[in-house]
Amino acid sequence: MSEQSLLQVKDLSSKINDTEILHGINLEIRKGETHVLMGPNGAGKSTLGYTLMGNPNYEVTGGKIFFEGEDITDISTDKRAKAGMFLSFQNPLEVPGISLGSFIRNAFHEQTGVPVKLLKFKKDLASSMDILTMDHGYADRDLNVGFSGGEKKKAEILQMLMLNPKLAILDETDSGLDVDAVRTVSKGIEEFQKKEDGALLIITHSTKILEALHVDYTHVLVNGTIVKTGGAELVDEINENGFEQFLQ
Amino acid sequence: MSDNKTVVVDVDRSVYDIKDIETEEEFYREKEGFTRDIVEKLSEEKDDPKWMRDLRFRSLELFEKQKNTTWGPDVSDLDLNRISSYVRHKSEMKTDWEDVPEDIKNTFERLGIPEAERKSLAGVGAQYDSELVYHNLKDEVARAGVVYTDMEAAVKGEYADLVEQYFMKVIPPTDHKYAALHGAVWSGGSFVYVPKGVKVEVPLQSYFRLNAAGAGQFEHTLIIVDEGADLHFIEGCSAPKYNVANLHAGAVELVVKKNARLRYSTIENWSKNMYNLNTKRAIVEENGRMEWVSGSFGSHTSYLYPMTILKGDNSQMEYTGITFAGKGQNLDTGAKVVHQGKNTKSVISTKSISKDGGIGTYRSSVVIAASAKNAKASISCDSLMLDSISRSDTVPAMDIRTNDADVGHEAKIGRISDDAIFYLMSRGLSEEDARAMIVSGFANPVSKELPLEYAVEMNNLIKLEMSGNM
Repeated sequence: MSEQSLLQVKDLSSKINDTEILHGINLEIRKGETHVLMGPNGAGKSTLGYTLMGNPNYEVTGGKIFFEGEDITDISTDKRAKAGMFLSFQNPLEVPGISLGSFIRNAFHEQTGVPVKLLKFKKDLASSMDILTMDHGYADRDLNVGFSGGEKKKAEILQMLMLNPKLAILDETDSGLDVDAVRTVSKGIEEFQKKEDGALLIITHSTKILEALHVDYTHVLVNGTIVKTGGAELVDEINENGFEQFLQ
Repeated sequence: MSDNKTVVVDVDRSVYDIKDIETEEEFYREKEGFTRDIVEKLSEEKDDPKWMRDLRFRSLELFEKQKNTTWGPDVSDLDLNRISSYVRHKSEMKTDWEDVPEDIKNTFERLGIPEAERKSLAGVGAQYDSELVYHNLKDEVARAGVVYTDMEAAVKGEYADLVEQYFMKVIPPTDHKYAALHGAVWSGGSFVYVPKGVKVEVPLQSYFRLNAAGAGQFEHTLIIVDEGADLHFIEGCSAPKYNVANLHAGAVELVVKKNARLRYSTIENWSKNMYNLNTKRAIVEENGRMEWVSGSFGSHTSYLYPMTILKGDNSQMEYTGITFAGKGQNLDTGAKVVHQGKNTKSVISTKSISKDGGIGTYRSSVVIAASAKNAKASISCDSLMLDSISRSDTVPAMDIRTNDADVGHEAKIGRISDDAIFYLMSRGLSEEDARAMIVSGFANPVSKELPLEYAVEMNNLIKLEMSGNM
């Protein structure tokens, strides 16, 4: 294992209910790298995201997950977050009674263990919201409650920018967004790439969101197995020819 | 793991649970039970005027005649022959905090009462067992003519006529068995009178502490807010836990005159051996407004339905309440409203949380009388069950005698979704904190109605209740 290795996935299999979805996934992400995971609907892309983050509905049936060299296969989701992992949800949950702003502050405090300096926090929050062209009023609104699809996704990217993880897994962050919103979200991701040297695993089945982003590796997932790994050029290839060539 | 959880609960509850030993030298304690002799003695001790003495005996007769209700939680384990009606410290009530007996002072200091008084209250009353031990009102409020005194003094003082006019008239002893018992053995409580047009900017607070084991607390609160006046009154209650039953059967009578407004906030955190059979009622005159904010966390069994009679035209009431029923608790709470005047309006919104087998029942009654033309009532009650062994019921009754009433009712019962827990945990919150956050968020519409310190206290209580969840 190289010194710079952040995430190492070895022969990972996982199931939900009694159906095995992932069959022996191998993947390594080093610091600062951007990986793209593509594949047709139902390939197991979101399952990989959930399994990496430790969703209790998904049971690991084989293999291991290492983060910065530590075996995290069996640790709880909150500990993975504290270790520096982040998952942007495809369908962010609505939590009434807690504002987006105070939720982020709470999570920030939880992860860093130091009290949040309120003024600086507010300033950072405002500038991150500006990058995402979010109205500042959203910070005072209940977490995701009544947000449009696009605002929910922006709120996820906002959390990523504020929590500054070592590895962010973005699960279909572009789905259901209009062209402008995709561009905005993409700008947020770019900011994360360059400012924080953060690593990314971008799960998507379209390529729009990748246009302005630097990509190091592309993986194609079909039927729970990574069938091909390549560089950024693989994205263009899929863009032209679709997934058909990878389906047996 | 269960050992661990007990430790957490014990440590955190400690501030409420400290039991001060009550010695015979320091405390006078009436023998258990409710008899003619005991009422006689109490009336003598209090030097009641004749009307009060008569009221006590009439109430006792009514108490003896009435039976327990059968529609709510079972109270058959409450043995009234083992409840002492009256316990008091042998010292007199004080108006200087320094003079309050040391042990009692320590208890209230641990509960943060004197600190709250200094910081954010216009006046404070503190009752320990059956009697007020301290009462004080800030000078500027007193100069405006506001009266805030212990109930015993009010019965005989300058406002005796006013007291006689309303005492047990808003809640007559015929109302139910424990209202009758209250009428017979009431002791302590506060009297507040806010003169016409006086707006009291900062809240008044009474804190009721029942420290004695196997005793009853029967404090009587009477508040009269005169025409165009405005008051926020806060009531707090707590008791340490004992293995024997304790009883709280207080009465709160509120009179909101023309164009006046009264807000009555309660955080009730009785210990889990308490039977809380409390009665609260307000009469609202023309264009007056009554606001209730109510948090019920403690007690073994509660029957609590603050009632508002919208007597005057254009009068309004708003009730915001939350109930948290944990292990071994059966909390039957809600609100009642009677619309009598024209264009009257009521809003009831409640939240109920149950966990570890606790039972939370929302029960309400909305009556729109034939005289209440163009009345408007809206009810919304949300319940959250934290596990599959807990129970949540909704029993809303409506009796509408007009054909132009606008009545809305909305009820939701839910559970915490695993997906929401996972979502919050993916941001670094522990499972316990994630649950607590969802529950606090659920309670937030109520906590934001409370003064800040009480909102904090309520959130702490929720966290404390939740910490036993893992």
